[in-house]
Amino acid sequence: MQKSFSIAPAQIFGAIMFVAAAAAGPLLPDWIVSLTTIAFANALVVLGLVVLWRAGLVSFGQALYYCIGAYVVALSARWTGFTDAIALVLIGGIAAGFVAFLIGFLLARYREIFFAMLSLALSMILYGVLVKTESLGSTDGFSVETPTFFGYAPHGEMLGRSLYWLTLAIDAAAAVFIAWYFRSVAGSLAAPIRDNEIRVEFLGVSVTRIIHTKVVIAGVLGGLGGALAAMSVGHVDPNMAYWTTSGGFVFVTVLAGSGYVAAAFVGSLVFEAVRSFAYAFMPQFWQLTLGTVLLLTILFLPDGIGSLVSRLKRRQQAPEAGL
Amino acid sequence: MLTAFAILTDGLVYAAYLFIVAIGLTLIFGVMKILNVTHGSFYAFGAYGSATAAGIYAAGGWNAALGFLFMLTFAMAIGLVMGLILERGLLRQVYGKDEVVIVLVTYATFLILEDVIVLIWGPQSYAAYQPMVAAGNIEIGELVLSNYDIGLVVIATVVAALAYWSLRFTRYGRLLTTVIFDRETAAAFGINVTLVYTVTFLIGAMLGALGGAVMAPKISVTLGIGVEVIVLAFAVVAIGGMGSIEGALIGALIVGICRAAAVHLVPQIELFVIYGVMALVLVVRPYGLFVRAQPRKI
Amino acid sequence: MLHRRIIARWTLAGLVAAAAIVPAHAQQPAAPAAAPVKLGIVSFLTGPAASPFGIPGRNGAEIVIEALNAGKAPAPFNTVGFAGSKIEAKYVDEAGSAANVVTEFRNLVQRDQVDAVVGYVSSGSCLAVTPVADELKALTVLYDCGTPRIFEEKARNYVFRVSPHATMDNVAAARYVLAKKKNITSYSGINQNYAWGQDSWRDFLGAMKVLAPKATVDKILFPKLFAGEYGAEISTLLTSKSQVLHSSFYDGDLESFIYQEQARGLDKRMTVILTAGEASVARLRDKLPDGVIIGARGANGMLARDTPIAKWFHQIYFDRYNTAPTYNAYQMAQSMLGLKLAYEKAAKAGKPTADTIAAAFKGIEFEGPAGKVAMTLGDGHQGVTETAYGTYRFNKQKKEPEIVDIMRFPAECVNPPAGINSDKWIEGGMKGAKC
Repeated sequence: MQKSFSIAPAQIFGAIMFVAAAAAGPLLPDWIVSLTTIAFANALVVLGLVVLWRAGLVSFGQALYYCIGAYVVALSARWTGFTDAIALVLIGGIAAGFVAFLIGFLLARYREIFFAMLSLALSMILYGVLVKTESLGSTDGFSVETPTFFGYAPHGEMLGRSLYWLTLAIDAAAAVFIAWYFRSVAGSLAAPIRDNEIRVEFLGVSVTRIIHTKVVIAGVLGGLGGALAAMSVGHVDPNMAYWTTSGGFVFVTVLAGSGYVAAAFVGSLVFEAVRSFAYAFMPQFWQLTLGTVLLLTILFLPDGIGSLVSRLKRRQQAPEAGL
Repeated sequence: MLTAFAILTDGLVYAAYLFIVAIGLTLIFGVMKILNVTHGSFYAFGAYGSATAAGIYAAGGWNAALGFLFMLTFAMAIGLVMGLILERGLLRQVYGKDEVVIVLVTYATFLILEDVIVLIWGPQSYAAYQPMVAAGNIEIGELVLSNYDIGLVVIATVVAALAYWSLRFTRYGRLLTTVIFDRETAAAFGINVTLVYTVTFLIGAMLGALGGAVMAPKISVTLGIGVEVIVLAFAVVAIGGMGSIEGALIGALIVGICRAAAVHLVPQIELFVIYGVMALVLVVRPYGLFVRAQPRKI
Repeated sequence: MLHRRIIARWTLAGLVAAAAIVPAHAQQPAAPAAAPVKLGIVSFLTGPAASPFGIPGRNGAEIVIEALNAGKAPAPFNTVGFAGSKIEAKYVDEAGSAANVVTEFRNLVQRDQVDAVVGYVSSGSCLAVTPVADELKALTVLYDCGTPRIFEEKARNYVFRVSPHATMDNVAAARYVLAKKKNITSYSGINQNYAWGQDSWRDFLGAMKVLAPKATVDKILFPKLFAGEYGAEISTLLTSKSQVLHSSFYDGDLESFIYQEQARGLDKRMTVILTAGEASVARLRDKLPDGVIIGARGANGMLARDTPIAKWFHQIYFDRYNTAPTYNAYQMAQSMLGLKLAYEKAAKAGKPTADTIAAAFKGIEFEGPAGKVAMTLGDGHQGVTETAYGTYRFNKQKKEPEIVDIMRFPAECVNPPAGINSDKWIEGGMKGAKC
């Protein structure tokens, strides 16, 4: 069920898409730029979920890292007055990664539903703590200071575009790293772990350590996504740690499928488009629309959008392949 | 002393509510290995259905006990119908797939059903307070207890006893236990696993709807009650162990009493209590209190 | 079979791709005769906050816009629409995460090019949207959210709030209960565990400390939002010696709490204050016990003065929606009328822009269905009105709910004076209050 994707064409395609997206920035209207920035920030969290899903694990608690990344950025700016965007994003990612490292010792011992439930419980605990913290505004949250870029302080359109390019840059870096990871030994062991862990142990590999690593990678990505989202939206609140936020990320993961790195970004854009569509056309029934899209995707496109591409390729290759 | 008594009674009442809601979920998971997010919808439909039934019996001026029975039956009938539609129409298509995929299917269905509720009943809230008012209350020292709450505990006990008895002593119950233990071997012995699945899902749905029906007189039946209940039910089932009725009972009791204690003694932590207990139990017993680790098939 | 699945897949993919493009085009309305004024109205249309707040607010907007477009509002609001231009409204759901709310706000302002946005029930939404409104120079009127933080944290240019903030509700509650009940030695509170409940309790506690320093606080309860089940909380309160219980509960939670506490006789032991209770009166009717103290977040609904404009609003709303307007509808009406006046003042000097309307809005004063408004706080951006509290009675002869024993508090009595933050004002003993 896992497809190994051919290396060169997919990466070139990815690189072209990123450059095209970056170039399109100044040409697109502001509201599309900000919408896309948020979608691409969320795509990072989805990428982390894809990493875990390849090994057969679904986390219903990625919102924990998303929220940590966001609050670290917002609090650093508020308490220290430091507003450099790149540094803040990295701090957010590292903080989330550190928490993931600690939690991973516990989480890596669980599988399937219990992994999902425990991750959910942990993110809800953070939610509870933030709601109780009145000095941080409780459920109202608080706003994020306007970020600066190495001393340059853009406003209005340029601010939106700068955040957009920053998000694209970090996305591209993450995509390259994750693509490399998938090709590495630890990454390619994901499918065997999913199919039959015990045999992988017999090979002399520590499954727990690999899963711990994946939890940390997903945590860092979640934190980076949250940090970028915080700066783009300009506001953080405890809802970012609520289980329905995690549910939204899982939704996009299903939409994207686990076959391709690029699918996480495309899937995130598609989700944002479907959501806007649902809000604009069926404002009282958007839940119905989203639920139906999810259901149809699972029933008819179980491997996500990425599988559309591989199906196309397989049809082209079928005469030669033989299997 | 009074506080301790209050904690006990409040804990029991809350536990009764949790148990009735969680037992359907744990049954479905135990037999079908499906974590049914739609359980929240069964609860909501049960609550709305029983509110409608309450309106009918109040308008007709029936006897309170009869009316209450009517509410429960009406709600369970709705649960039955919904369970049939879902199981036949949707779940059949996805049985073979990954567990997590099935969870997502039930999550998607839950989203859809939330809006179906609005389509049927509209966005306003409904009241079904008649049985609770009719039941009256009793005073114990400074404390006043609602007889309806006591009735809830009785209902939960009856449900628990029925479940225990039918699993142990009826033929169908023993079939169910076999399927819970090992589906493939049960099928190899000629048990009609598909039929067992369907019947189990229907029972689970009816129990979920029953949960909504017994809670309806206490609360305001409004949008979103399904969402709150799902997380609670999951936590109880995770604590007790998936598929274990005793687990659901003990899990409900633990959560109920811990929460009541928190509210009386340390109100600040009330929000975390359920997640904290769940995390704690899972750390010590990864599969819940009453379920041993399954032997893994190589 | 396989064939059908393939078609299904590609249809799904096509639908999803179309979904990206369609909204971009669907929002271009055909150019009408005279350029209409486009308003974006944002309120909860789905979720548990829809039925008690979001939808009455939305309906309030709809009915007022209709009346204005027909020129049928009472003077001085009787010009058609805004300065003769008809009003076109787009209704957007407020539900979703802060990211969703901000995205939809940007969509309204930049994609749909509305002239102003009127909306937002949740304080979280208001806080998220306000900096964006100033960044985009988009005229925004917040109609319901209660947090004082909007104008106390920072000066704003394009954001206005005609409705008073929530500090007023809880300070007035303290004053009312102390005026009506002598010998209060102890009080407790049960509020939802989120910003609204926490802020409400904090303000009430602060006001009580100033006005009744000898009274003690007993039980402070914060059940989860939408918990629905309050057995343990009610038991705790039954063992308390307090004479007064403060609650900012609303809608579902309020109704559940009332049903459950009534069955156990809590309201016979302590006086319950419901700062947002007016919105549930029409639903609870005889189920709400006599003696409960009711607030309406201002002189709204059953606590409104009997002025012609209040009667007019009640009439048009009731005629259309068959139910009395709750306080959200009043707040929306006030916001729309305030915006209209500002727009028309700016229109006297030429075609109004966001800057000229904002300049005209600052410090404006008028009278609407909820009484007289003066935009005196937040450097002219935040309105204050009087408020009122009363005691509930269900009139068994007429079979109608009534609020009796009404006390009105002038704006200067329960609102902080200009230039001081609400929490500092309360902590400092509420200096400058003119009652």
